[in-house]
Amino acid sequence: MSEIAAVITGPSGQSPARQAAARAAKREERVAWQLAAPAIMLILLLVLLPTLAVFVFSLTNYELGYDDFQFIGFENYAELFGDRTFLISLKNTTLYTAIVAPLSVLIGLGVALLIESETRGRAFFRTAYFLPVASLLVAMATVFQYLLHPTIGPVNAILSMLGIAGPNWLGSSSTVLISLAIIGVWQSVGFNMVLFLAGLTAIPRELYAAAQVDGAKSSWERFRLVTWPMLGPTTLFVTTISIINAVKVFETVKTLTEGGPNKSSEVLLWTIYQEGFVYLRVGYASAMTVIFLAVLIVLMILQYRVVDRKVHYA
Amino acid sequence: MSLLSLISPRNLRLALLSLGALVFLAPYIWMLSTAAKSREEIFSSSLSLWPHHWALWENLGKAFSRVPMLQLLFNGVFVCALIFFVQVVIAIPCAYAMAKLKFRAAQTMMTLVMLGLLVPIHATALPIYVALNKTGMLNSYFALSAPFFISVFGIFLFLQFFRAMPDDLISAARLDGMSEAAIVSRVIVPNAWPAVTAFAIFSVVAHWNDLFWPLIVVTSTERATPPLGLLFFRAAEAGDDYGALMAATLVVTLPLVAAFLAAQRRFIEGITLTGLKG
Repeated sequence: MSEIAAVITGPSGQSPARQAAARAAKREERVAWQLAAPAIMLILLLVLLPTLAVFVFSLTNYELGYDDFQFIGFENYAELFGDRTFLISLKNTTLYTAIVAPLSVLIGLGVALLIESETRGRAFFRTAYFLPVASLLVAMATVFQYLLHPTIGPVNAILSMLGIAGPNWLGSSSTVLISLAIIGVWQSVGFNMVLFLAGLTAIPRELYAAAQVDGAKSSWERFRLVTWPMLGPTTLFVTTISIINAVKVFETVKTLTEGGPNKSSEVLLWTIYQEGFVYLRVGYASAMTVIFLAVLIVLMILQYRVVDRKVHYA
Repeated sequence: MSLLSLISPRNLRLALLSLGALVFLAPYIWMLSTAAKSREEIFSSSLSLWPHHWALWENLGKAFSRVPMLQLLFNGVFVCALIFFVQVVIAIPCAYAMAKLKFRAAQTMMTLVMLGLLVPIHATALPIYVALNKTGMLNSYFALSAPFFISVFGIFLFLQFFRAMPDDLISAARLDGMSEAAIVSRVIVPNAWPAVTAFAIFSVVAHWNDLFWPLIVVTSTERATPPLGLLFFRAAEAGDDYGALMAATLVVTLPLVAAFLAAQRRFIEGITLTGLKG
């Protein structure tokens, strides 16, 4: 609209047409505000305000049920780093992430490569590996509880047929984190696989032909010289999401172990849930939440950094 | 054909994929098998998949009689529908204003959206819980859905989609004298259908499966969503009637899995959108 007005009157004239255009622009701005207002209000109310409130709560000794509270500075944070449960929780979350993220990325990549190079049963395999992503995790966790049951579970029944005495998977502190990690990997491979499949179809076929001409004979060479570098951005992306999702582990812990036995499956969100919503120590749990949020943000920043530096091919 | 010629790279690949698929599908196979077995059989022979004595109806009967299963399913559907409806009604006009109108605050809005993408429900849960508690609104459909009424991710997604839409479409509608609100509802929404369905699947899958928030705000079975109801059921059954438990599991898993099998491509598109959310 304003371009038309400019053509008619020239750049500096304050003709009626230009005034009309200015009025139209003003009206458009007003309409835009009206359309965006509900969203802006809800973002403030449901995202920004609560995030700020968490920071403020984390500096107080607020407990739900007691109306008065004091600002205690960084005491909650100081307490956190002497809190055995919280430290165990950090350690377990790190360990869980260190198992689940690499395995689900590697298996996801492996399955995607196999499906991509196999013409038979493609649709079936894609469905089979993706099914866990579309399933209710709490429900499937209870299925795993049965599968991993120490006495009546099929997994240990199969192991005993092979002459191996199966462990008490979810009931023993030495295997519980691994059992949860197995479920975590099972649940997330399909998601990573689909992202890798999308990344693979985006690689131009000619590159493989060119690599072959240049002497890349084996499929391993072609993978090393073409597929792996071309998948760089996808891999980074999938890795970041896998790490973030692993840090957020909660459903399986709540359903299967409630942090036990003996705090050996105590993870970050479970500890926050216990402190904040069961013991109602809002101030203390808020300090934990701030740490949790900081971890997520650092992971994001790391991802952006690497994207900027390394994985550009344009 | 000799045995050796069977071991080609192709067959090896197929064998590997099949073995993996079997491992990935095993929980479903045992879920179905166990849901159809009687209690005695579950305790005696866990490796035979085909039940000697069919107890599927008996187990389903237990699942439906000991927890209000229909109520749980209704709660799940109602909460997901409510969340999705409000999210779309709020996000689409906002995304349209940012993408297609002269809107000086669009840049600031974009920053808000990007910030919002960083913050998961786990971070905002405490203050929202305190507010709902103070106003006595816990244990309600409102408490279950309100924190999700705004989806910054939805705004982000629709914004990308609208930017790619031709301006001519909107100019033509304006020349016809349509108001901006009418343009959104009668020109933009019908043309944004692929984005809306993808977002619908993303949103419904996320909230149908969510346990964290329902666990926090709901304590009664009357308002429980399927994942929470399943936990209540297990607690009530002392957790060792696996036949009934698997039957209940089957019932709550089936709706989404059936929808997924019916519309696979759309589902995979919709769920992998979470990838963008990071």
